Amino acid sequence: MARIIELLSPTPPGWGGTLLVGLLHSVEIAAGAFGLGLVIGICGAYGKLYGGPVVRDLLAVYTTIVRAVPELVLILLLYYAGTDLINQLLTAMGYQRIDISGLVAGIAVLGFVQGAYSTEVMRGAILAIPQGQIEAARAYGMSPGLLLRRITLPAMLPFAIPGLANLWLIATKDTALLAVVGFFELTLATRQAAGVTKAYLTFFLAAGVIYLLLTLVSNLIIGRIEVWARRGMPSLKEAR
Amino acid sequence: MAVETTIVNVAARASLWLQPHRIVLIVTGLALVFAAAFFMRWDWLPQYYEMALVGLWRTLWILVVTCTLGFLLAVPLGLAQAAGPFWLAAPAKAFCTIIRGTPLLLQLWLLYYGLGSLFPQYPWVRESWMWPYLRQAWPYGVLALTLSFAGYEGEVMRGAFAGVPKGQLEAARAFGMSRWKTLRRIWLPQAFYRALPTLTGETVLQLKSTPLVATISVIDIFAVSSKVRQSTFLTYEPLLLLALIYMAITGILVFALGKIEARIPNKIG
Repeated sequence: MARIIELLSPTPPGWGGTLLVGLLHSVEIAAGAFGLGLVIGICGAYGKLYGGPVVRDLLAVYTTIVRAVPELVLILLLYYAGTDLINQLLTAMGYQRIDISGLVAGIAVLGFVQGAYSTEVMRGAILAIPQGQIEAARAYGMSPGLLLRRITLPAMLPFAIPGLANLWLIATKDTALLAVVGFFELTLATRQAAGVTKAYLTFFLAAGVIYLLLTLVSNLIIGRIEVWARRGMPSLKEAR
Repeated sequence: MAVETTIVNVAARASLWLQPHRIVLIVTGLALVFAAAFFMRWDWLPQYYEMALVGLWRTLWILVVTCTLGFLLAVPLGLAQAAGPFWLAAPAKAFCTIIRGTPLLLQLWLLYYGLGSLFPQYPWVRESWMWPYLRQAWPYGVLALTLSFAGYEGEVMRGAFAGVPKGQLEAARAFGMSRWKTLRRIWLPQAFYRALPTLTGETVLQLKSTPLVATISVIDIFAVSSKVRQSTFLTYEPLLLLALIYMAITGILVFALGKIEARIPNKIG
């Protein structure tokens, strides 16, 4: 027991600090990817609902492919292809090659994947808004931008939150996949600590507890947000 | 006559679907595929063909086994949460929360590295009949994927069991069925029908989780592609082919499970 505490202590002879740095990186990537996914999702949902036939078909191809191919394969493909493409573009335009940081690449790759799922969530949520509300806003002469900001986004939020909450939890867990391409996040930090100290069970269990706490805390916060977003609407329990 | 009308119907639907912009998109897509086929290097294919088939077989085998075992485990998990006493419901809920709250990669490494490093310390494990299996990687992969599927599907089954109308169960009791018979004849089938639509999605998710076993040295189709990448120094070709293979499997899965779903009466409750 004393040995376990020693191993997990946050100061250097222990590896707790390493794990916490890994956790910080994981949360950064998850938050960035989730945010990027939200932006892609709103644009994608708008494209799917109101776009022309070509936009709609292209978005259908995007969401279908991303949801049919394993995240691990997509991460490898986008990680290598993305950095390679950007560097080729830069050299073609006469600039220096750049090193893309793991953080940015990870956020971009996971955000691209999240965007496909989030497009579908948002599309469903926008469709769930009573049509009259949008028609009323148009009748008031709102511009599309104002309509999005004042009516569509706030009105769809309660319908989108369960799906988005799922996506956030998936994002936190998908960051673990970046360990395979060598990005230093919680799972890779755990594996390194375990490999050095040979205390595999201790460290993997500790990381599991950290991930679980992250999930449970997220659930609490999401519950608060959902109550806030549903304010003024009949509660779910009464509706049943 | 009937055949002719169906043909006309199909033709009408096809012409509706095949609008001009779609033709352009399809032609562009085909052009991309042909460009990939001609301008990329595929000469390594014959050499790794058999290895890829073995890897593909292993992926499918792991998928089928873990989904079946996981579902069998999910039924008691769901039942315990929906109707069990507290001392059964609480552990089942805890299990589902833990599985759903931590990354599969971590669970896999915990089992493989953690348990794998624990077993050799005990002589009785090394002398038992299980040792030849415990020394390999795939039992840990199958175990981790099974538990993961059971955790996610257990939550679905909880909702499905709870969603069966009370009247059905009361009617069964009024008929004098025993509790076991009620479960077997009424409760389980109706819960299964309710869970069926999500089962397709869960199976596809499970397929997308299988490449993780490559990280613990199980040679599935993903590991084969990594091997090709390492020995031929090609980045894109093996990965693109791999993505195509996964898309094909997903397509077949969705189609086949959709067929099964369509055969089940969907008016329930």
